[in-house]
Amino acid sequence: MFALDPLFSGTFDGAVFLIVLAKVVIAFALLLVSVLFMIWFERKLHADMSNRLGPNRAGPFGILQTLADGIKFFFKEDLLPDRADKRIFILAPFLSLVPAFLVFSVIPLGGVFTAEKQGIVTVFGRETYVQLADPPIGVLLILACSSIAVYGVMLAGWSSGSKYPLLGSVRATAQMVSYEAALGLSVIAVVMLAGSLSTHDMVMVQAGEGFGGILPRWNLIATGVVPFVIFVIAGTAELNRPPFDLVEAEQELVGGFHTEYSSIRFALFFLAEFMNTVTMSAIIVTLFLGGPAGPTFFGPALMWGPIWFASKLFLFLFMFVWLRATLPRFRYDQLMDLGWKVLIPISLGWMLLLASLNVAGDAGWNTFVVAGAAVLIGLVAYLMLAGAIATSARRREQAELEGSIR
Amino acid sequence: MVAQNVFFYLLAGIILFSAFRVVTSNNVVHAALYLVAVLAAVAAEYVLLAAEFVAATQVLVYIGAIIVLFLFGIMLTRAKLGSDQDLTHPHWALSAATAVVMFGVMGYALVDQFHWTATPLPADTRLVSVDGSNSATVSDSVFTAYLVPFEVVSVLLLAALVGAIVLARKD
Amino acid sequence: MSDFLRDYLTVGIFGLTGVALVGLLLGLGSLLRPTRPQPQKYINYESGVDPVGTGWGQSNVRYYIFALLFVMFDVEAVFIFPFATRVDAYGWFGLIEMGIFIVVLALGLLYAWKKKVLRWV
Repeated sequence: MFALDPLFSGTFDGAVFLIVLAKVVIAFALLLVSVLFMIWFERKLHADMSNRLGPNRAGPFGILQTLADGIKFFFKEDLLPDRADKRIFILAPFLSLVPAFLVFSVIPLGGVFTAEKQGIVTVFGRETYVQLADPPIGVLLILACSSIAVYGVMLAGWSSGSKYPLLGSVRATAQMVSYEAALGLSVIAVVMLAGSLSTHDMVMVQAGEGFGGILPRWNLIATGVVPFVIFVIAGTAELNRPPFDLVEAEQELVGGFHTEYSSIRFALFFLAEFMNTVTMSAIIVTLFLGGPAGPTFFGPALMWGPIWFASKLFLFLFMFVWLRATLPRFRYDQLMDLGWKVLIPISLGWMLLLASLNVAGDAGWNTFVVAGAAVLIGLVAYLMLAGAIATSARRREQAELEGSIR
Repeated sequence: MVAQNVFFYLLAGIILFSAFRVVTSNNVVHAALYLVAVLAAVAAEYVLLAAEFVAATQVLVYIGAIIVLFLFGIMLTRAKLGSDQDLTHPHWALSAATAVVMFGVMGYALVDQFHWTATPLPADTRLVSVDGSNSATVSDSVFTAYLVPFEVVSVLLLAALVGAIVLARKD
Repeated sequence: MSDFLRDYLTVGIFGLTGVALVGLLLGLGSLLRPTRPQPQKYINYESGVDPVGTGWGQSNVRYYIFALLFVMFDVEAVFIFPFATRVDAYGWFGLIEMGIFIVVLALGLLYAWKKKVLRWV
């Protein structure tokens, strides 16, 4: 059905080596440039949304502000607290930044996704995909990276040997693992449609003629929006971005897990945070919005892949800034409630619903009948559960009342 | 094949060193992190064996969940979180001897089973897999030969959770 | 080296580039930045007053329960992923087996819910 990256199926020669090298350099440069852009964009847009000017001194529209800040970080004194566990303190920024980096390697950035081209481009007479690598378990690689990123936060807080960072990191870890569960479960819906775990295949199934000829064939629509919404919410929580930024709730925890970090070591956490925002947007675009696939108009067809990818990516970068500028921070109990009592049950139920629709469709049953029956079963189960919870709450109240009278 | 062998011995070295440090480290959290290194290197060995799905599972479940659970468990106790000189058990020599015996038994079982025959790696995973990925192959065996263990896993996990909740709650 | 491993080698090279970037930034920082040590600078930040106690604290048992719940759902997801790639091949049989698996684990979540360990007070 699907194939691995054709680049490696032939003989391994100089051309292949050059292509791999070029891919690494391009992906590296693209990622860094987009991260620098994102930092500026966030500050500028957030300023606009809250009726401020934002950076406007360094370069036109303050676009060089990020660079200026970066240079400043190099000239700041680096302080390792006496109580810190030195080796782990130094290790933590690596664990934060490198996973964010790795995720970008499985994101398809371009290519023409038609039935005959299959997203393959020819460079130096060799066929390849416009993505750094396409391991058959690409989606699991993304999830694995996000589970390693937890260590960066956890160890940074633990190794500081200080109260605020420790509290911040324990909170953050619990938050990140809770939402990672929801993240993983919502991806399953997409995997079911693609029948594969490779990110290239994900884009491939979303390319081409859409529903009714008007709507695109995105997983966003094909999976019924719910997994997308869950993924975006869980992804925002995974990034520790507002409204889920309890990790560094300034009023309570100073800077959270990176309170004790200074100079360039702090800058690395800062960089990792924005890099994660960019890669998370790229993941959302790949899994739910068809990545670089899209209609081509004029000029070479190859040009449109990166254009579609960049514009979809920009949409989500804008969304993340918008969320930050608009929403107040969650309370910790609300955060945990949302993760465990709403997102996980819904994503599990939705996954079962999609799987039954899928199987029923193959068996030739009527889709609407199956969907109706499934919704009915879900509704009955929900009502029974809600009834049980309400009854138990009433009984407990009753018992408490009686207890207080005695 | 040469490159694969080089990587194999490199990773094996990392595994041995880290495993040794897990038991000799004076700091519980450091020991847990060395365990992460062991697990990560084992995951890399799985990739070398073309068992990518198992490798991803190793990272997701063991590194991403179980060691995090360990670390929360360590932070839960009143144990001093810095280095601790009396962490070494007085009967460590006995445990070391047991470990050596266990290693011998397991090594013997392996050698006895395979008689030093080398099973060649498939040159291309597409040859051994369904639909171009070996996760499908894993799935096929779960849903045929290992169906009962698969269902039992869910009950095991449920029991672990219920046990932890019963212990954690005072009433 | 098989074709398949080259894919992972590419990922590995990219990862090493990331490590190199971090190393380079840290190295450059250590060359450029001033170092004027004063003992007060190396005290932990605690809102301006001298730190109290050790800084390593005991954490709440709730965190442990959440981590355990996560282990459950992580293992669940790991089993569902390969199943999801082959839903069509198994038909109703696979769906029912997976349904049993998910319902058993959902019972765990329900138990935790009912026992109020999901409530953060």
